[in-house]
Amino acid sequence: MLITKRVEFSASHACRNPLLSDRENQELFGPAANPHGHGHNYAIEVTVEGEPDAVTGMVIDLKKLKDVINHQVVELYDHRFLNYEVPPFDRVVPTPENIAVDIWNRLQPQLAGAGSRLHAVRVYETADLYVDYFGEPA
Amino acid sequence: MTRVTRKYRFSSSHRLHATSLSDSENREMYGKCDNPYGHGHNYEIEISARGPVDPRSGRTLDPALLDRLVEEQVLQPFDHRNLNAEIAAFQDIVPTTENLAREIFRRLKTNWKSSFPGAWPVLDKIRIAETPRNIFEISNRNGEA
Repeated sequence: MLITKRVEFSASHACRNPLLSDRENQELFGPAANPHGHGHNYAIEVTVEGEPDAVTGMVIDLKKLKDVINHQVVELYDHRFLNYEVPPFDRVVPTPENIAVDIWNRLQPQLAGAGSRLHAVRVYETADLYVDYFGEPA
Repeated sequence: MTRVTRKYRFSSSHRLHATSLSDSENREMYGKCDNPYGHGHNYEIEISARGPVDPRSGRTLDPALLDRLVEEQVLQPFDHRNLNAEIAAFQDIVPTTENLAREIFRRLKTNWKSSFPGAWPVLDKIRIAETPRNIFEISNRNGEA
């Protein structure tokens, strides 16, 4: 069974690879490369897979899931300039692809419980663009 | 490997009417959707592609390239058109959203390599909502369509 929790945060970012010149970044990312940054209302959906516990009837305590997401992600990302304030985005471009991978890496160890595991992270950069990450095949 | 999904909208009219059926059979099969004057929908389509994240750009897919492909292959031909009267594919087959999904999938697959010539990203699936309550999906994984 899959259980999904959705949370929102707002952050600014600039799509710039620090290893590239201004011109190369401009060519690669267009207006998103503006060094002053721009922002989004991000939404993330965290999906956990498991079977309901025989006693509690729950795959995972949704309150615990919310606390983990808030502590590991929202408190770090919300109202921050990702490139300057949230590693690894000082060296990794904060595209929604890389944000999904980073959120997975932060949550996966916390959610490796006895009866459940992280299944997917979905990052909405806007309502019309989102990225799913399912981890790398073992 | 990530999967990137982008959403687009278009509005079209259609009439569900199979030429191989009689008028009364069509009315029985399709009901009010067989109205000879046609009717319309606000279609919403989600197109998903998957591939590795390119370390230089941090991206699996350049959304501008997908926008261009979808604009040429889907939005320009279909938006504010009558599917039965104006789209060659629907001269002989009924423009149900099943068949519309197949036609869009075929167009994207046929033209994919001209927009994305490398090994990645690949088309993963498309999902079309005819209304917020009727949704159709075709996955590229099992060689469907």
